[in-house]
Amino acid sequence: MTQGREGAEARGRETAPESGIVTHGLRKEFHGIVAVEGLDLEVHRGEIFGLLGPNGSGKTTTIRMLTGLIVPTAGSAVVVGIDVVASPERVRRRIGYMSQRFGLYDDLTVRENLDFYAGVYGLVGAERRERVREQMAEYSLERRVDQLAGTLSGGWKQRLALACATTHRPDLVFLDEPTAGVDPASRKLFWELIGRRAAAGMTVLVTTHYMDEAERCHRLAFLSRGHLIGVGTPKEVTARFGVATVEDVFIELQRQDEGALA
Amino acid sequence: MTLLARLVRSPLWPMLRKEFIQMRRDRGSLGMMIGIPAIQLIMFGYAIQTEVRHLPTVVLDQSQSPESRRLVQTMLNTGNFDLERSVRNREEMATLIERGDASAAIVIPPEFQRDVKRGRTAEAQIIVDAADPLSSSAAISGASLAGAIRSQALAARAGATAAIQVRVRPWYNPTSRSAVYIVPGIIGVLLSVTMIVIASIALVRERERGTLEQLVVTPIGKTSLMLGKILPFLLVGYVQITVILFLGRLLFHVPIQGSIATLYLIALPFVVACLGIGLFISTVVSTQAQAMQLGFLFLLPNILLSGFMFPRAAMPEPAQWIGAALPLTYFLKVMRGILLKGVGWDGLWREAAVLAGFAVGLIGLSVVRFRKSVE
Repeated sequence: MTQGREGAEARGRETAPESGIVTHGLRKEFHGIVAVEGLDLEVHRGEIFGLLGPNGSGKTTTIRMLTGLIVPTAGSAVVVGIDVVASPERVRRRIGYMSQRFGLYDDLTVRENLDFYAGVYGLVGAERRERVREQMAEYSLERRVDQLAGTLSGGWKQRLALACATTHRPDLVFLDEPTAGVDPASRKLFWELIGRRAAAGMTVLVTTHYMDEAERCHRLAFLSRGHLIGVGTPKEVTARFGVATVEDVFIELQRQDEGALA
Repeated sequence: MTLLARLVRSPLWPMLRKEFIQMRRDRGSLGMMIGIPAIQLIMFGYAIQTEVRHLPTVVLDQSQSPESRRLVQTMLNTGNFDLERSVRNREEMATLIERGDASAAIVIPPEFQRDVKRGRTAEAQIIVDAADPLSSSAAISGASLAGAIRSQALAARAGATAAIQVRVRPWYNPTSRSAVYIVPGIIGVLLSVTMIVIASIALVRERERGTLEQLVVTPIGKTSLMLGKILPFLLVGYVQITVILFLGRLLFHVPIQGSIATLYLIALPFVVACLGIGLFISTVVSTQAQAMQLGFLFLLPNILLSGFMFPRAAMPEPAQWIGAALPLTYFLKVMRGILLKGVGWDGLWREAAVLAGFAVGLIGLSVVRFRKSVE
């Protein structure tokens, strides 16, 4: 019931940001256990926004709420200008999502995976063939077109997953630990690809445990035990804490947060 | 967007394409889906033997005399016959047996009372639907028992020479071969179990591999997603029907009295209903192992309560109710009606309608239950 009312309030705010994310008091409980609470977040269009935090801090839960995979217990979330709680399907046409598990079909080839996701997003005929070709070119997948996705190495899988998640040219893409378990060269290439898409206007929300990756984000948000404990550009946050790296900020923030708990 | 454009761009098509490619790549599963039913057919066909009582029976009493009524009562008392109702003519009787509403008929000719009075041998007849050989053996023992009892009673009373003889006339399967009865049922049993199990695994497998999470964030609709997952299995179902029919004919000489086209047509709502059960299971469970276990939960009632092995008429009422809730119960009637009795659309449209109801209801229920979320 409350969701309906809050959904209506959120709809009033729908036009606020052109393309990005705005959340107010976002909260999620699983059987009485609070996973995320009081989350106020603002992500601008074309920004690479990093969501950092230890395991279990609520990063994945946040992404799942923003993609409509789970329904928030309370609060509002407007994604690409649309209330995601009230109309998740409208949001889904304009966002991409790459999960930790990549969501690829191991028993389909590279081309068949791309072709499938392009089709699911409503692309048909010549338009679809052209788009699949473009994606393969952009993500350098041409030499592997007929290889089964299950036989690709981690780096290739990850690139194919990104290509699949962006076949429909989304305004915004969610990347949940996209580079976990991938070699450094592949990670570097992956971030170059993300940077290129962001420069072209695509908003990116990414979670990661690699601090070198965090430093490549335009802005960062730190989560601990389900709530936000700090937001800013990498330069701002390091300056604020008088430390050298984002990693130090991460450790310092978490120490403070856990201190507050004790 | 126009309706046509929406149809062309529907995510159902890429979904179907993907499923067919995956099915083709998974040779092992495909082989099992066809091979296992064939092996089970052979095992069941050679192995099954059972016992029966309580045949639903109609009475055609053309004599309408005290002696004819006593004979009918004696027959019913043997416990092998349950009075379904009385009929007035042979046509009505034949229709009821054909439809499967009755599996035996007691026929007493007009001259029965007269023959008894004159001290001649009075004849009555039992017609039994011997498509199930167990029914005919029950009918024979019931008939001879009743005949003997009444003859003795008459002899004691009148000291007369009059005797009562009850002849049994088996219909449909005069040589009483079990396999003939079992094979049409096996098609139904194997079809329902494999369809339920593979459909229940289909969605869960995507959930386990993490691809369902990916699909949920795409604009694909619930209906496209679910239809795309199960429609390819429809084809598998038809291949199974064909293989089992072919083997049944080859190994057990199962007759095909009726129209194959009607059989294939009515198989459609049956297979869809079974896929619907599987789909429903997949909306309830979270792992393939759970799905398998729930799927096999349907195996036993399907074998025991559908009328596949034991006539439903002989079961206690609760068991009959469970049987009535199984699509297989209706499909068995269809299979036996078409293959063994040559019953046409006229005699089967009600079963077809019930199956269609199951199909629409179960698929609808699964679509409603399925949530595009990962909670």
